[in-house]
Amino acid sequence: MVARLWQWFDSRMPSVALEWRRHAAEYYAPKNFNFWYFFGSLAMLVLGIQIVSGIFLTMNYKPDATLAFGSVEYIMRDVPGGWLIRYVHSTGSSAFFLVVYLHMFRAMLYGSHREPRELVWIFGVLIYLTLMGEAFFGYLLPWGQMSYWGAQVIVNLFSVIPFIGPDLALWIRGDYVVSDATLNRFFALHVIALPLVLLGLVVAHLLALHDVGSNNPDGVEIKKLKGPDGHPLDGIPFHPYYTVKDLVGAVVFLAIFCFVLFFVPELGGYFLEHNNFIPADSLKTPEHIAPLWYFTPYYSILRAVPPLFNSQFPGVMAMGVATLILFFLPWLDRSPVKSIRYRGPYYKFALGSFVVVFLLLGYLGVKPTTVWGQFGFDAFFFDTREIATWVARVCTVIYFLFFLLMPWYTTIDKVKPVPERVTH
Amino acid sequence: MSEQEKMDPTRRNLLIATSVAGGAAGLGAAVPFVASMIPSHRARAAGAPVEVDISRIAPGELAVIEWRGKPVWVIRRTKEMLDSLKGADARLTDPASKSSVQPKYAQNEYRSEKPELMVMEGVCTHLGCSPQLKSSDAKAEMGADWSGGFYCPCHGSKFDYAGRVFRGAPAPTNLIVPPYTIVSEGTLVIGEDKDTKGA
Repeated sequence: MVARLWQWFDSRMPSVALEWRRHAAEYYAPKNFNFWYFFGSLAMLVLGIQIVSGIFLTMNYKPDATLAFGSVEYIMRDVPGGWLIRYVHSTGSSAFFLVVYLHMFRAMLYGSHREPRELVWIFGVLIYLTLMGEAFFGYLLPWGQMSYWGAQVIVNLFSVIPFIGPDLALWIRGDYVVSDATLNRFFALHVIALPLVLLGLVVAHLLALHDVGSNNPDGVEIKKLKGPDGHPLDGIPFHPYYTVKDLVGAVVFLAIFCFVLFFVPELGGYFLEHNNFIPADSLKTPEHIAPLWYFTPYYSILRAVPPLFNSQFPGVMAMGVATLILFFLPWLDRSPVKSIRYRGPYYKFALGSFVVVFLLLGYLGVKPTTVWGQFGFDAFFFDTREIATWVARVCTVIYFLFFLLMPWYTTIDKVKPVPERVTH
Repeated sequence: MSEQEKMDPTRRNLLIATSVAGGAAGLGAAVPFVASMIPSHRARAAGAPVEVDISRIAPGELAVIEWRGKPVWVIRRTKEMLDSLKGADARLTDPASKSSVQPKYAQNEYRSEKPELMVMEGVCTHLGCSPQLKSSDAKAEMGADWSGGFYCPCHGSKFDYAGRVFRGAPAPTNLIVPPYTIVSEGTLVIGEDKDTKGA
């Protein structure tokens, strides 16, 4: 009965079986995937979690400046299971960035952005940027103090762009201050516009990947050596091998996710900031405005660049360039090898420094610029009370040097010979 | 192959022309959508410039005018008030208003277009409380070196008569000066000047 039903279906729409084979059952992936290869499928899982929890949140949320804060509290207190759905969504957003950052780091480790996978990387960076927009728009919706002032600060970043800035900021807000008009449009962008863009980009990312095939920890092209059956010698079908492997990853991930969700949903103010439990007030600025942790490396860069010619524009530009420079990574990297396993000491050192600097910038971004100031004193050449600002400046320079010097240090780096086939 | 050689290029021209026309029409169709995101008539009406009759503000007096939901102060400063602005630079965080917000014509030692007429937002740049006027008579409360200005009751920031913040206060910058136009001797428009006209 089932077989006949399937036959009826398949003869009318064979592309279902065809695509399943193309993308899963007969998609040959390298057999040496390791821990770092969990995060792509985990990102898809989190995307699903966010979409489902988001749909249920919109059933009770009200995108109205007078009602928004109350409706979120209503979800938290009165809607059955509402607290769970809301915490799933807020924890999910942090989890999303965490897995995406690890996923991107994997590419830098094994050269997954290199030829012929440049498009995969570009779609990936677009996904990352869209995700940033999605997080920013979503963060205004609870209409708490941090939502409000965070949006105020970020929108004002656009107003420092020469000539068009003030009008652009006005256009984004739809009012002279962040207001009901802003909230309403951010809601529209958060729940419909950007999710659609995101889904489209994910499809493009996967199609581009499956056209060129996956990279692997050795950075060798498995398609070069094929067996008599026409399949790569070092490839195994994605399904069932990697679907099963990824299921294990999903279970471990969900265990950690649920721990955060049930025991520390605010994660000490890092996943949900304390100030955001106070309703937005346009007449009272919180003492310390900080974005959520996933934006703080860039926020640090913004703060580290001193204003030039009485304008904040250089800082804003540095922040913009810091994200956009990622697009050029496949061409900045000139190394003859892809994987960190066969790279020389220069790249290893550069990547290590980059990670340290990125984390340090992220840490400084959640703190006021006066952090560490308590150790300070007026030294003879500069005021050490501003030490955090200076550390952020040095880190910013290193951040950019990692990219700008890459064509040089990857060329002169002493690489090891790459094996013909993947190693175990 | 021979079929391709006989291709009629004028047909391709038609294709290009219709594609360009269609693209232009598509761009044109995007205009109303983009325009729908600029501030609505209601938002613009609520944020419109405010005209104030300043002829009745006596020297030394402060008037509070609401503009875009914020209190805006208009003060007709006396000579003593203006004199008090001099010589305190070392005690100020930003004496030349370099990192503070004000229109170009108000970035001077008085932070105003006309020295005696001070216009500024009565919103502390720290946490947005509204500071209070404290004349130079308030020395008992404000300290012996107080020569008049404003005091924020929330966290103790002190400002002089030009809204410049004194060192050691939590407020990072001077009070904001909004755009304004002195239309005539007795009329002031807050929220509009020659640079922001039409915005």
